[in-house]
Amino acid sequence: MTDVMPAGERRQLAPPTVETGVFGWMRKNLFSSWGNGITTIVLIVVVAWILSNFLHWALFTATFDAKSGAECRGHGACWALIREKYRYIFFGSFPYEQHWRPLFAVIAMLAMLILSSDRRMWNKRLIAIWGIGSFITFLLMFGEISISISLILFMALAVGGLGMILRGSIAPPAELNGWRALAGIGAVGLVLRMVGVLPAWGLAIAPFSYVETGLWGGIPVTMILATYGLLFAFPFGILLALGRRSNLPLIKGLCVGFIELIRGVPLISLLIMASVMLPLFLPSGMNIDKFLRAQVAVILFAGAYIAEIIRGGLQSLPKGQFEAADAVGLNYVQKTTLIILPQALRVVIPPLINTFIGFFKDTSLVLIIGIFDFLNTANQALVDPNWAGFPGEVYLFAAFVYFCFCYSMSRYSKYLEIELNKGTRR
Amino acid sequence: MAASAQPKQDLSNAPSVITLKAVNKWYGQFHVLSDINLDVKQGERIVICGPSGSGKSTLIRCINRLEEHQQGDITVHGVTLSNDVKNIEAIRREVGMVFQSFNLFPHLTILDNLTLAPIWVKKMPKKDAEEIAMSLLKRVRIPEQANKYPGQLSGGQQQRVAIARALAMRPKIMLFDEPTSALDPEMVKEVLDVMIELAREGMTMLCVTHEMGFARAVADRVIFMDRGEIVEQDEPEEFFAHPKNERTKTFLGQILHH
Ligand SMILES: Nc1ncnc2c1ncn2[C@@H]1O[C@H](COP(=O)(O)OP(=O)(O)O)[C@@H](O)[C@H]1O
Ligand SMILES: [Mg+2]
Repeated sequence: MTDVMPAGERRQLAPPTVETGVFGWMRKNLFSSWGNGITTIVLIVVVAWILSNFLHWALFTATFDAKSGAECRGHGACWALIREKYRYIFFGSFPYEQHWRPLFAVIAMLAMLILSSDRRMWNKRLIAIWGIGSFITFLLMFGEISISISLILFMALAVGGLGMILRGSIAPPAELNGWRALAGIGAVGLVLRMVGVLPAWGLAIAPFSYVETGLWGGIPVTMILATYGLLFAFPFGILLALGRRSNLPLIKGLCVGFIELIRGVPLISLLIMASVMLPLFLPSGMNIDKFLRAQVAVILFAGAYIAEIIRGGLQSLPKGQFEAADAVGLNYVQKTTLIILPQALRVVIPPLINTFIGFFKDTSLVLIIGIFDFLNTANQALVDPNWAGFPGEVYLFAAFVYFCFCYSMSRYSKYLEIELNKGTRR
Repeated sequence: MAASAQPKQDLSNAPSVITLKAVNKWYGQFHVLSDINLDVKQGERIVICGPSGSGKSTLIRCINRLEEHQQGDITVHGVTLSNDVKNIEAIRREVGMVFQSFNLFPHLTILDNLTLAPIWVKKMPKKDAEEIAMSLLKRVRIPEQANKYPGQLSGGQQQRVAIARALAMRPKIMLFDEPTSALDPEMVKEVLDVMIELAREGMTMLCVTHEMGFARAVADRVIFMDRGEIVEQDEPEEFFAHPKNERTKTFLGQILHH
């Protein structure tokens, strides 16, 4: 035995040959053994058979142009049905000649979502984008929005109060006085309005004809319920999760009770309660819009689930983070918003987006109380006796649209995970 | 061993900045601090040692209310700790703390770790806070790491950042809880050097550590704790040369001879 190999022999110890190219990859991954090879071949045959049958039905013998379902019969897929009904499926009973309005509302919402998905946009601009975007969306959907003096005063109070809370521990005194003044004007104004000193003045912005929520349907309904449901459920869920960890027994008890109650009942029953039972508790004559009730039910329901996910994130943080934040003198709000939540939310992005995807689809349950979201308008399109007998086409189409939304969300979750972990990776 | 015999500084006229009077604390039935009396002068450097579980961490964590004591009074800079959040926040502004496990904020850059508290707690303009942060990073000898994240630094560097983060609040008192125990041996010195420098500048320090070299070099007083009590305290020369209590002797025997 020699310690050192002769140079000639050493050269023979080249790295193992790497099989490159398509054939190399196939040999390595698909045909590495007899069993493996046979499995591969069988699977290819099965997939090819399914695919060819599907294409035969969906493409080669399909009908794309027909006056009624009768012309489709005996052929493959009846895409003519989609062609005939797609506007109803997308926009429901919204007045037909006004369909451009929900279309632009959907575009406005998509624009808001796409803009806010970029991390570089996560600053004050986002609030402006959502304020203006939401105003446009609902103006298009309703056709008119009347802003009463009470609403303006209430908004002043809410915005001023929020500014005082959120900026209270950092803003320079001048800014803080601004928030105080805004909240003060709102509060005083509301009192004056209530005792009747201020008139019931209002500003109506009505560029289009009014369309009530009962006529809304399809994609805009699904998008509004899901987007605004989650938009409000998210902060609500954060508060619930923080409340559940509170040292104050009353707050803790309320949060635990609420979360367990909501998680213990199906969304359907909550929706039914919102539609049937809520009116019983309201003074007679007072009526809350059905759509708003569904929206609130979605917010409450999603909030409880989001709270539990966020609680998991909070629990995953080491105790040292809380202690270090305390030790440098941060107060509770600062500690929570600057140290704890940014880390906890990062951890829970995948399960959070998973929940978002679930709720996007679950909004279909609002059918129960007579609201027509996208899946339900698709369902409704099947009722036409002229086009009876082609449910597969409609559901396939609906599934495709849902898939586009949900798959984008899932891709976005991947992107966000990588983006937020940049630099902090150990 | 050669050691200078005279005290390191004359503290007889210095005012007290921390006073503990008959402090007691229990975890359930377990008496973790019993009748602790302690008076810390301004500029005094105290090293606390003792076996694991003797209550050293609990003691210094009571000073900035990371732990709550149940009996007795703790007064820091004239403010007596109570459940009043204002008192607690006032004390935490004056007291910096360095942990065994660094506890830097991993989602913030080094610079942001340092400027966070001055900006939010002291309402310092961002520019000033950054200037102070950079000068502190120079002082702990890692200005070039300012824009990295904690996870990208070595343990020794992270602990120096943690010291700088505490100093960024311009505290009057610094608490250290075994700052070098989680470090690889070759990094201990770089952290101790920073601490020695700080001690020489006159910072009031309470330091839980088993680095006896550090204690000899800078401490005005060494305190030995066991089973929740202060068993013995003395100037380092005397403490190491002539320990009086049996428990102290046993402890010193264990840590000095291996
Ligand atoms: N949160 C706690 N609950 C119960 N016991 C604790 C808690 N924290 C510390 N202890 C106990 O108190 C004793 C003193 O702890 P500590 O002050 O950390 O000791 P040291 O820092 O001297 O090692 C230990 O026996 C430890 O097990
Ligand atoms: Mg300890």
